Amino acid sequence: MCQVDEEYNGQLEHRVTPRVSKKCVKCKENTAVLIIRAGDAFCRGCFKEYFIHKFRAMLGKNRVIFPGEKVILAVSGGPASSSMLSQVREGLSRDAPKKLRFVPGIIYIDEGGASGQSMEERERAVAQLESVFRATNYHYHIVHLEQVLSLPSSVLEAGSSATEKPQTGSSYKAAVDQFIQTKKNQHPDLSLENAQSHLSSLSMHEVENGVTSPITPEHTQALQKLFASVRTLTAKEDLLHTLRQHLILHTARTQGYTKVMMGDSCSRLAIKLLSNISLGRGASLATDTGFSDPRYGDVVIVRPMRDYSSKEIAYYNRMFDIPSVFIPGLDTKAQDKASIQHLTESFVTKLQTDFPSTVSTIYRIGTSEHHTCGTGTGWQQQLPELHQQHIIPPSVL
Amino acid sequence: MMMSPASTHTDIKRRSPLSEFRVALKMPVLCSSCAEKRAVLKRPKTAHSLCKECFFWAFEEEVHQTIVSAQLFKHGETVGIGASGGKDSTVLAHVMKVLNERYNYGLKLLLLSVDEGITGYRDDSLETVKRNQQQYELPLKIVSYEELYGWTMDAIVKQVGLKNNCTFCGVFRRQALDRGAMMLKVDKICTGHNADDVAETVLMNVLRGDIARLRRCTAISTASEGEGVVPRCKPLKYAYEKEIVLYAYFKKLDYFSTECIYSPNAYRGHARTFLKDLEAVRPSAIMDVIHSGENLSVREGVKMPVQGTCGRCGYISSQALCKSCVLLEGLNRGLPRLGIGKHHRLHEKILLQQPLTQEEERKLKAVDF
Repeated sequence: MCQVDEEYNGQLEHRVTPRVSKKCVKCKENTAVLIIRAGDAFCRGCFKEYFIHKFRAMLGKNRVIFPGEKVILAVSGGPASSSMLSQVREGLSRDAPKKLRFVPGIIYIDEGGASGQSMEERERAVAQLESVFRATNYHYHIVHLEQVLSLPSSVLEAGSSATEKPQTGSSYKAAVDQFIQTKKNQHPDLSLENAQSHLSSLSMHEVENGVTSPITPEHTQALQKLFASVRTLTAKEDLLHTLRQHLILHTARTQGYTKVMMGDSCSRLAIKLLSNISLGRGASLATDTGFSDPRYGDVVIVRPMRDYSSKEIAYYNRMFDIPSVFIPGLDTKAQDKASIQHLTESFVTKLQTDFPSTVSTIYRIGTSEHHTCGTGTGWQQQLPELHQQHIIPPSVL
Repeated sequence: MMMSPASTHTDIKRRSPLSEFRVALKMPVLCSSCAEKRAVLKRPKTAHSLCKECFFWAFEEEVHQTIVSAQLFKHGETVGIGASGGKDSTVLAHVMKVLNERYNYGLKLLLLSVDEGITGYRDDSLETVKRNQQQYELPLKIVSYEELYGWTMDAIVKQVGLKNNCTFCGVFRRQALDRGAMMLKVDKICTGHNADDVAETVLMNVLRGDIARLRRCTAISTASEGEGVVPRCKPLKYAYEKEIVLYAYFKKLDYFSTECIYSPNAYRGHARTFLKDLEAVRPSAIMDVIHSGENLSVREGVKMPVQGTCGRCGYISSQALCKSCVLLEGLNRGLPRLGIGKHHRLHEKILLQQPLTQEEERKLKAVDF
């Protein structure tokens, strides 16, 4: 005892550490590699299945996408929209009988001008994303935010809805039939034609499958001047969001897309819901965070990723190597109280650690709200019109 | 990497050009309303610089407008003011008295106070209410949990623990106020809920996913039909808490300013911190939250509670038994968790005085801390 070179072989006890190897709750065979919620441990294969199934189920449950329709995917390069892109690729490439059937396109808005990035950084980010887009073989558009300054004011108007809003079941089929009819017709809706020709006649140079016309430093300066005139970060973020929406909408309209897919995840939508309430936008809660946003009339915005928490997306991207590019935004590295949106984000994420059901509870509020045609201005005045269109059943037309 | 620094400005408006000019010349800033007297404060709601009298006038006038546009009172009604001795109810009592005289509402005002039995908090604030009674010359009635239910809050917390006790206090207080109001034959009750309270409630209901409450919580007055129901309203609904404090301070009103000793553990604290941060970023956020809450609308098909009566005490209730009866039953039987969480199936059993099974009893016992 207590000597320098003492050997203790065979006399030491080895503590038996208990190994908790959980089995996947779904297949009950393989070992689980990740836990999503308390009690939900999945193995790799089952997780992939669960993830893909959720996407298809979301699209299938809310049947608003018609086969053969042109759908544009708004990709920001972040994890959620990159995941959405990969899901769309999965869904379209499957040989299974229930293959998704629509024509996808991609749009990326380069916001570097607003967040103060230099031209080299912006070009680098664009190049990275372009390589990702090229790998998909889909038609893609890279639009600079500066172009929003030269948009015609008609982008603010809601176009008339080209097809009837499908209700459920059989009327969806009828709506699909009608959609295919409209496509086959060489002479589309008169109002739609007028709108389209009017829009395309205006200056908006588009290069097929690529970047739009290069922007000059004057454009960037004009954009920066616009943003500098807004004094608070809350309002800047709001402005950026609005400009981005307009640009996506305009591109969708001129290129003939009738649906836009946004990559908002459940966590992102819960934060958006709470910050909209703080900003006074309670009335439009349902359409701002719901699955489909029909306020623009001819172009409908859908959010297929709204059931995924950011945790699930992060795990999936990591495990299955989904490429995503981080691009700093207006509020990157900002203090907590710099803007209402940023404050809400830090509040919700902190609360989520103590109360894990926070995000899903907030998100459920969004699903049980609905948009009314109240006495409002702007968008709300469009709704009585749409509601009236409801009353006429599609089959009568 | 070059990035423009995120703006750290809050949304508080800057001074008007004239004020800026005067500040630059080191002259005192004038009140932006009367432009005669010096400004002594900056209004939290609008960031206007005001003198004392103009601030009082603005505050009182806004409450008057709230009362008139929502038609809260009718001439000749007896109105009970829920008085706790805190700043909100003291300011409410004062403003109601002032407006009643100034605009001839013709109301008969009196003070109603509830004693929850929290030592170190409620007994001190009740002394303040008694002083208020003298100062405003209004009749006072105090109802206590002890005499109504046989339980004080201290005893309840000993049984329930520190987590869910606010539920008990709130439910019992509501009934206590109604009982007190009925004893005094009051037509309406008004409480000192301010804008911050209503905004906090909206946020809390969103965080808890409580759709039913979300619809009702922004209403300025409750429904007025039914037996045993005294309608209640919130005249201070659009008054900021900060302004109430300023008003009480400048008017040198007598109020009790300590927090309830059990409040740090409440879930509402999270909503309150968030709201305070929002106000720091943008002062109008409080009104924006209330506005959002008022404009929320619920989809058809979402189940809403229906108003009925309690099987045991006859008070209004959306279930077979009203919440206070359920909570009381739980306390009396030593099963404090009876009122917390959803146990609708057990209500019938309790109503019919049937014994609960072992399993059910086990679930309802207090959680050990």
